[in-house]
Amino acid sequence: MDILLKGGHVVDPANNIDSEMDVLIKDDKIEQVAKNIKASGIPQEAKTIDCKGKMVFPGLIDMHTHLRQPGREDEETFLTGSRAALKGGFTSVLCMANTNPVIDNKGMVEYVYSESAKAGLINIYPVAAVTKGLEGKELTEIGQIAEAGAKALSDDGKPVMNAEILRRALEYSKMFGLPVISHCEDMNLSMNGVMNEGFVSTKLGLKGIPRTSEIVMVMRDIELMRLSGARLHIAHVSAKESVEAVREAKKRGIKVTCETCPHYFMLTEDAVIGFNTNAKVNPPLRTKEDVEAIKKGLADGVIDVIATDHAPHSLEEKDVEFDFAAAGMIGLEFALSLANPELIKSKVLGWSDLIRRMAVNPAKIIDLQGKGSLAAGSDADVAVFDAGAEWVVEGKRIESRSKNTPLIGRKMCGAVVLTIVGGKIKYENGKFN
Amino acid sequence: MAVSWKRKDLLDLESLSTEEIELILQTADSFKEISQRPIKKVPTLRGQTVVLFFFEPSTRTRTSFELAAKRMSADIVNIQTNASSLTKGETLKDTAKNIEAMKVDIIIIRHSSSGAPYLLAESISPSIINAGDGSHEHPTQGLLDIFTIKEHKKKISGLNVSIIGDIAHSRVARSNIWGLTKLGAKVTVCGPATLMPPEIERLGVKVTYDVKEAIEGADVINMLRIQIERQGQSLFPPIRDYSMKFGLDAEKMRYAKKDVLIMHPGPINRGIELTPEVADGPYSVILEQVTNGIAVRMAVLYLVSGVKKRIE
Repeated sequence: MDILLKGGHVVDPANNIDSEMDVLIKDDKIEQVAKNIKASGIPQEAKTIDCKGKMVFPGLIDMHTHLRQPGREDEETFLTGSRAALKGGFTSVLCMANTNPVIDNKGMVEYVYSESAKAGLINIYPVAAVTKGLEGKELTEIGQIAEAGAKALSDDGKPVMNAEILRRALEYSKMFGLPVISHCEDMNLSMNGVMNEGFVSTKLGLKGIPRTSEIVMVMRDIELMRLSGARLHIAHVSAKESVEAVREAKKRGIKVTCETCPHYFMLTEDAVIGFNTNAKVNPPLRTKEDVEAIKKGLADGVIDVIATDHAPHSLEEKDVEFDFAAAGMIGLEFALSLANPELIKSKVLGWSDLIRRMAVNPAKIIDLQGKGSLAAGSDADVAVFDAGAEWVVEGKRIESRSKNTPLIGRKMCGAVVLTIVGGKIKYENGKFN
Repeated sequence: MAVSWKRKDLLDLESLSTEEIELILQTADSFKEISQRPIKKVPTLRGQTVVLFFFEPSTRTRTSFELAAKRMSADIVNIQTNASSLTKGETLKDTAKNIEAMKVDIIIIRHSSSGAPYLLAESISPSIINAGDGSHEHPTQGLLDIFTIKEHKKKISGLNVSIIGDIAHSRVARSNIWGLTKLGAKVTVCGPATLMPPEIERLGVKVTYDVKEAIEGADVINMLRIQIERQGQSLFPPIRDYSMKFGLDAEKMRYAKKDVLIMHPGPINRGIELTPEVADGPYSVILEQVTNGIAVRMAVLYLVSGVKKRIE
């Protein structure tokens, strides 16, 4: 079926569009984006959807999710993760390799494609492990993994602590054009830590993770990237000095890219006070100064991408002593509705800047052809957002199978009302198709 | 005193007001006499069930709470386990809910994980008393330390109190800091840089690595117990070096004020934190702390049990 999205405010930074336009979708591709598309140009059977007063974006792309399939289907599956994604306006996501079994061979990459196709809601692309079993010891069969269609390599959840192994992984992956996504954490410095090391950890008597644990690895990985000439993307940047290190590297002409997550531009370590395990995340929530630095990095383009690091955990993994609780929070359903007040309304970013970081740049970094853009001929992945809608986060209305978020009870600004994937309406006003 | 006690739980000293701390101290003062009677028993908590839920080995604190409850005629149940065995099976919350289902009135919990008592307080109805959680707080120890200081010095405001040792891992230090600073004492913390938690000066204390500086001018010196098992970890200096630099011996006592009080939460590592001549010397009030612990814990049991009754 063809679809005409009528009169919405289209933000398509890949094509320098930021104004009221119509978007015409024919089959699974974008046919045309223009002001007042004439009736003569529209197929008679096209479904017209009035988007007046709404924002129309290329479908968002999340470079960093954990979908828990296989191994922890009680926490998330391709299907439930896809629903959460659609509700958040995401039409494509990368899922990390730390499943059980680990996505560390060709067969597992193929499994992700075939199983996620059964869910059939969004585009799901696997990230494969850098090292077998995420053990940091032996490289995976990167050539075959690339052939099977993995979009990146990462041991995310853990760093590759051995610099020599990461160096060789970078060199080897370069042959296949696969970026390595680096979880920057020095495990010796962060050993047994459960929150940011600072005043709050001192008050609560919780073992801290020093910011230095992230910073030294960001600096190390930038140098390894320079040495190898490969592509490196730094995951979930949380500390001010990490942003500065990436800024310096970019000034020196090193083509490193990096991401941050909504919780790092809107929450601080104060969220842990009261021993709130839903605020336990790795890297940990840091200070107000870091939040400001992250926002500055987003504003000046040092931070290329906003990803969610969507990390579902069951209640029994969170409703325990803080030391024993799993780290991570869900994020797919909230990212855009948090960016709206925290970045757009507070004038950190314009809409085009935001969509660059949530769609255009991810497509570029992981080389997704025909995505992140509404140019004629692109894949018809589109999100329609009502920036004025308000809603409150309630556990029972969360689409993700897990409810681990410190945002329960929080008022959200803006809601996705329509998500189209490959020319098909997959989500509309709370309903999935 | 105008203030009345409204808390179901005693989880920390951080959230208590000055008036609430004073109320506990006053109440403890009136209970202290009971332990000096030939028949050390009052009927205050008759018919109430108190559970001692200890996830860490403890002799002093557990015995002190048990005697406090017994002298008030409560029925006592002891549960001694360790945190790691629970993580494999039943969760802390499930265990607590089972105990709640047996209709108990007060749960006294010690746990190696900071914040564990809060998890109970928010999920079950009995009163929760924190008997030490990880490196976070040990409120009754803080209170009994303050009670002992007050007995000798008559007031807390304006006193110089030095806390010496492993500040980073000490729940005793944190509860003392909160309680003492609220009552107007000037607190100095002293220890090796590796065992000094970041930004602790923001709690309103002075930080020094020079033990002489901590001793000079102090009205009270509270020596923390060091955990010998931490030796060999990067954060702990070799024991002998620690003892030479931070242990209190007759030599270092020469810098102390004539009427200084030497305190220690126990158990003492003799020859490490304190030499025997200091531990057993004229300035030491270490055993008075133990005696006062019972009075303070009776006061806390009495106050929280009153609140629960009002709710019913």
